[in-house]
Amino acid sequence: MTILSLALRRLAASLPTLVIILAGLFLLLQLAPGDTVDALMAQMGGGDPALAEELRRFYGLDISALAQLGRYLLRLVQFDLGQSAIYGKPVAQVIAERLPVTLLLMGSSLSLAFAAGTALGILAARQLDRWPDTLISTLGLIFYATPSFWFGLMGIVLFSITLGWLPSGGFEEVGAGLTGLDRALDIAWHLVLPTVTLALIFLATYLRIMRASMLEVMSLDFVRTARAKGLAETGVVVRHALRNAMLPMVTLIGLQAGTMLGGSVVVESVFALPGLGRLAYESVVQRDLNTLLGIVFVSALLVIVINFLVDLLYGQLDPRIGAGR
Amino acid sequence: MTGSLARYAKNPAALLGLVLLLAVIAMALLAPILFPKDPLSLAGRPLQWPDLGGRFPLGTDNSGRDIAAQIFHGAQVSLLIGLVATTISIAIGIVVGALAGFYGGWIDDALMRVTEAFQTLPNFLLLLVLVAVFGSDITTVTVAIGLVSWPATARLTRAEFLTLRNREFVQACRVLGMGDLRIIFREILPNALPPVIVYASVVMAIAILLESALAFLSLSDPNIASWGNLIGAGRNVLRVQWYVSAIPGVAILLTVLAVSLVGQGLNDALNPRLRRNPKP
Repeated sequence: MTILSLALRRLAASLPTLVIILAGLFLLLQLAPGDTVDALMAQMGGGDPALAEELRRFYGLDISALAQLGRYLLRLVQFDLGQSAIYGKPVAQVIAERLPVTLLLMGSSLSLAFAAGTALGILAARQLDRWPDTLISTLGLIFYATPSFWFGLMGIVLFSITLGWLPSGGFEEVGAGLTGLDRALDIAWHLVLPTVTLALIFLATYLRIMRASMLEVMSLDFVRTARAKGLAETGVVVRHALRNAMLPMVTLIGLQAGTMLGGSVVVESVFALPGLGRLAYESVVQRDLNTLLGIVFVSALLVIVINFLVDLLYGQLDPRIGAGR
Repeated sequence: MTGSLARYAKNPAALLGLVLLLAVIAMALLAPILFPKDPLSLAGRPLQWPDLGGRFPLGTDNSGRDIAAQIFHGAQVSLLIGLVATTISIAIGIVVGALAGFYGGWIDDALMRVTEAFQTLPNFLLLLVLVAVFGSDITTVTVAIGLVSWPATARLTRAEFLTLRNREFVQACRVLGMGDLRIIFREILPNALPPVIVYASVVMAIAILLESALAFLSLSDPNIASWGNLIGAGRNVLRVQWYVSAIPGVAILLTVLAVSLVGQGLNDALNPRLRRNPKP
């Protein structure tokens, strides 16, 4: 069983879900008062009905909703997401320009939340009911209850305005003409605050799951065996318990992929990052429904892909679970 | 039940949550008495720093509105949106989960496909789409939040129904000739309800956070005193008057914390065997 055929099978299995999502959203958007053409006309400061008719024909809005849906799905199969009315470019191109920023933000936040959550969860579980455990668990609860955008704003106040350590927004220094490693460092510099902001929310969940999972695994028989054969405590925790305790953490990545995408809409707006989330916000404000639909489609694909990767990883961690099944 | 109550009372975190929650409820109830004027009307010179002894204990925002009044009225808004959205979401989740779990077969397949679709979509993105389509007055926003947050409840209810549907009391009901709907809602549902009610606290916490995020992006109702709106307004004067954004954020944090702590306390009190700290 090669990975490729597995991936294709998984995609086929998630096809009904994708079609439900797209059809549902497409029909939903039909209920929207005013269409892209109305938005365009409003931007141009009005125009005569003949022009509107012309534009509707150009954007394919002059046929029935069901026919439009059929046409839309047919074009999707060819990865043609249509034309963005506001940006004047193909939607696929607009999204492709924005996607790397979001992927970078999500990837770094996820790594941070996962690593810190694992470390803190283990620490809390090892120090059960003593002060480090209480402190970590309390902080976790507080992070969970904090709105991410507020975290971001307060981070800007403290680290950008008061201390002047970090930039308050943007993806890179515009016009600095940096290349290569310098540019990468500059981007990393700009992403510190957004990454921490997005990660803190998820850190709370990872840490709680890791703590619970660790407590459960440490009470199992094979841990006692490892101890009985004379392994040092660190060896027991790292080599034996950790790998088993990781399983729920990996599951969580898949479950939270969607939430993380939603969270990046807000975080990207706070820090003025030119990512997918900000694009979604802009297209809501400007009523560019074609772009919005494209973003939703790409997001759903992304969530499905992440879940597939999680399944592969799962099989790696626990050989009993064959990814092929 | 008294056992559960006693267990709840012995849990300090749960008690703290209850006190916080009661405080937020008290703020919401006292808002019209303490601040009878419209909280969004001009109250004084804009951007006065908080002065605990003065006329504006929490200061004024960039439009000269009293921040304390907005915080108190905002408590009403947050609790109301939280409660209504949670009720909507739990109701949808229960109906979908109950039907899927009880009937199984193609009904289960179809309903779970739809649930999966909702879970695959990032719920904040779906919320944006709903707001873009139906506008952003407070009723629409509340219903929309309820509409995007039901899938987890549906899965939970379905799992409960799957374990309950073949129990003897259900078979007894069948033999008595009860209708399906009566068996589902009058007989099985009460047994499936406790974990769902505990989960409602999670839904409520998320609902409050979703509304505040939407308001922060100025995509929620601008004509109500929502905490998120105030944070969004304060963003323009963040450089110097950071308190305008800071204060409502603390209010959101404490409210969500209170709801989560109460939920966790209820969970521990109702399932004593599942205490999270199994002492060796």
